[in-house]
Amino acid sequence: MPQSLRPQGTGAVSPRNALASALLALALLPPAAVEVAAQSVAVSAISSATRFPGGLPIADLSEDEAILHALNRLAFGPRPGDLERVRQMGLERWIRQQLDPESLPDDPVSRRLEPLTTLRMSPAELLERYPSPQAAARRAGLSRDAVQQQAEARQELREELEALRERVEGMGGMPDAETRRRLRELRQGMDGESMGGGPQTIQMELVQAKLIRAIESERQLAEVLTDFWFNHFNVNAAKGSTRWLVTSYERDVIRPNVLGRFRTLVGATARSPAMLFYLDNWLSADPGGAERLEGRSAARARVRVLRGGRPSILGGERRVPDQGRAMRRGLNENYARELLELHTLGVEGGYTQADIVEVARAFTGWTLRAPRQDPGFLFDARLHAPGVKTILGRSIRGGGQAEGDAVLDLLASHPATASFIATKLARRFVADDPPEALVRRMARRFLDTDGDLRAVVEAMVYAPEFWAREVFRAKVKRPFELVASTARALGADVLVAMPLVQWTARMGESLYLCEPPTGYPDLAEGWVGSGALLHRLNFALEIAEGRTRGVRVREPAELRGGADPLDAALARFVGGQVSAGTRKALEERMGSDAGMRPNTIVGLVLGAPEFQRR
Amino acid sequence: MSISRRVFIKDGAVAVLGFSALPSFLTRAVASTPSPTGSDPRVLVVLFQRGAVDGLNTVVPFRESSYYRLRPSIAIPRPTGRPDAALDLDGFFGLHPSLSPLLPLYRGGDLAVVHATGSPDGTRSHFDAQDYMESGTPGVKSTEDGWLNRHLQTRPGSESPVQGVALGTSLPRILRGAAPAVAVPEGGRFEVRAGDAAADGLEAMYAGTLDEALRGAGRGTFEAIDMLRRAAPGNRAAEHGAAYPRSRLGRSLQQTARIIRANVGLEVAFVDSGGWDHHVNEGGVEGLLANQLRDLGLGLAAFHRDLGDRMGRVTLVTLSEFGRTAAENGNRGTDHGHGNCMLLLGGGIRGGKVYGRWPGLEPEQLYDGRDLGLTTDFRTVLGEVLVRGLGSPDLGDVFPGFGHNPKGWLGLMT
Repeated sequence: MPQSLRPQGTGAVSPRNALASALLALALLPPAAVEVAAQSVAVSAISSATRFPGGLPIADLSEDEAILHALNRLAFGPRPGDLERVRQMGLERWIRQQLDPESLPDDPVSRRLEPLTTLRMSPAELLERYPSPQAAARRAGLSRDAVQQQAEARQELREELEALRERVEGMGGMPDAETRRRLRELRQGMDGESMGGGPQTIQMELVQAKLIRAIESERQLAEVLTDFWFNHFNVNAAKGSTRWLVTSYERDVIRPNVLGRFRTLVGATARSPAMLFYLDNWLSADPGGAERLEGRSAARARVRVLRGGRPSILGGERRVPDQGRAMRRGLNENYARELLELHTLGVEGGYTQADIVEVARAFTGWTLRAPRQDPGFLFDARLHAPGVKTILGRSIRGGGQAEGDAVLDLLASHPATASFIATKLARRFVADDPPEALVRRMARRFLDTDGDLRAVVEAMVYAPEFWAREVFRAKVKRPFELVASTARALGADVLVAMPLVQWTARMGESLYLCEPPTGYPDLAEGWVGSGALLHRLNFALEIAEGRTRGVRVREPAELRGGADPLDAALARFVGGQVSAGTRKALEERMGSDAGMRPNTIVGLVLGAPEFQRR
Repeated sequence: MSISRRVFIKDGAVAVLGFSALPSFLTRAVASTPSPTGSDPRVLVVLFQRGAVDGLNTVVPFRESSYYRLRPSIAIPRPTGRPDAALDLDGFFGLHPSLSPLLPLYRGGDLAVVHATGSPDGTRSHFDAQDYMESGTPGVKSTEDGWLNRHLQTRPGSESPVQGVALGTSLPRILRGAAPAVAVPEGGRFEVRAGDAAADGLEAMYAGTLDEALRGAGRGTFEAIDMLRRAAPGNRAAEHGAAYPRSRLGRSLQQTARIIRANVGLEVAFVDSGGWDHHVNEGGVEGLLANQLRDLGLGLAAFHRDLGDRMGRVTLVTLSEFGRTAAENGNRGTDHGHGNCMLLLGGGIRGGKVYGRWPGLEPEQLYDGRDLGLTTDFRTVLGEVLVRGLGSPDLGDVFPGFGHNPKGWLGLMT
């Protein structure tokens, strides 16, 4: 590892210092952690200085705690055997590998993803093969009325299904035979439709792939970061055409850049059809430019698109009129505002409403070619606002398409951006309220390396704050993190991913369907309301007891042996560390129900407060 | 599969339905919640339209010629009596035609409008503006709790653990704080699906944990289970022939009505409604806003009808983080603006009137030269509702730093 990465002054920690810092950490702890900490403080204080001779500045945590911490933060939680594996290879080496995902073979996951063919398709192919019902009907030569009738019939089926569902709930979840029969019919009809090539297939394969990767991929940090950066540059698959664009967005825009340069990443999102569509920039135009455009004939515009655009696999004769063109009459601030507020500077970044308008003007002309057939990036000079733009006091002039890039250059190298990105990363990976010193260090690294995201993540992992006792198990798992970490902890075979995806949605995190551009929150209070918690508990019990469809769970062998099954379950799923309260509650309940199955015990441990945190 | 993919994909939210034979569970003794007897508490329902609804196309100033100049392609036509034009309220303002289910409520005196209202903070960030409106302290980010929770804190003798309810999976900012409040799903069953010992074990683990956040969530969860169990039987269907729309909003409002009917001590409820951010194709008589408003209008009218006489002790108010630009943008939509309108429905509302001073839409009258101005702080409206409608003893605690002056009240409560 490069020398410069080693944090100053924390290289070697003497046992005395380690003890002192452990005790200090203990004093600063929230009450929840004190009990746990008290059990382990003696061990960690003695062992840490000798066990971590490399660059990792670990002082408070024992070796096993540090490994669990890393697996919970840089991965989606430990699988059976992971702790031993990392202990054997060395924690720092494991981290180095995770920072270099290409070095890790991942063939089993590639094979699992093989049947999900939409993952490899371009937006144009997806639009061709999985058209909307309306487009499919048009293509089949159906009349407008027939399309309308089909849509109404579908809506009636949907409403009947909803009504039946309510009736079933009124029956206490136990429908009579007739209701069951009709429900089965309806669901088959609906499934048949969605399996039969509707655009839902795209969404289903995406969520399945995300879950499979999170549970099984060796490149865990890359998966965590892909989730993080998608969320940072959020797009919502449910908004109009975005559903055909999200596959490529994650694959081509987010995933290749998560350990690359921030400027490259933000530039890729700015040009991506998904973002251009989701935040409406494809429709933003200089009002004067729109008039210029309308002055020319629609036919000429089409000819230009046909010449300039990549040939569509649909061929020219299938082109429907470009609805965007008629609507493209003036400025739309949506992208400009979120670029400043959410993607780069942050809301405290010191920009004004006038800056937003100027940024929007600079990005006029950044649009889509053939949004419904082959939605690639296109710069249309006729839509571009002429004249100088003044952004954050800097003049940007006369560059056409290059103006947008100049804005991105300015934003990507801005100190406010460095600090905003550092804060968000630290909030996801370290603590809801991350230590200022850590954020400062990461932000400095961001600026020193020209926004090298690998270096920023390294700076975080090589900071003592990352390994501090007070952040150990301090983060509440997001629903997706909970579901993935549960499946990993159980060593479950996930044959069908959808039921787990649905649990994630019930807990409040619908994958790829976050509506606002903020993405989902990384703060505990967003995730542990009473409604969500009940779903977490029911999920734990259902999956542990083997009741989740398509998920095979074996009873952990150690629970059948001679040892106390509760001790065994606690050791396996929460590293043996639970509060006395949790242990007492579990022991009492097991005492009152002597016949409690080992899998139910596992379910209770997975439902425990300790497993809700990472 | 037991849950249709379609349902999941369509609304992405909670659509719970299990088909396995379920043990009819929950035989554990429930210490019955002290349900206030004698005088039922009054209930405040806050409906938040996230994304910033366009108030100018919701309650249309059709006498303003500048309105039509600013919005050439999305303006709602002046009232004609036909369903493709504004519905006249008072000769100056009209409802969006999609809100036609609300017109009888307005005429019957149960629905009022406040226009040119909102938060005085100038931010046009959804996140910050929502945060300010929920904390009740515009411009101050350090406020930790929400104003709806602080209102509960100031209520004397509040006893029910379910005095504050949010529909959804997590407790929103507005209800977070020291007073107990719970999040309940807008539909579906709400119970631990396991044997008694397992359920008791979970409850005990969360009751005994030192993890404060999770202990609070656990307490809320098990209280909500009790409450919904008592609210549900024989109480599922809407009354008086009310038909709720089959949307998430419709289900949320119906669930709220159920909980109100159950008399379990509810005092404030919070209903979230998303999807009001229409930069593109917001449209006029038809379009995205028209569809959303149809859902809102049908939902509110069903809620009103469902509760019948009980509506006399229920007040519903709408909030949205800011309004939208007075002029349409280039895409038949509108961008982030400032002043907005609020709807108030229910008992105690002196309805049939549009309240507030109208600032006008001429260039020099616009806020920042682009947005509807603000003449009534949202806290003035809420202050009057809280004091005169709900008997709030101390607005200074609910909205700290806001100089409350009853002389500034609009007189919208009887």
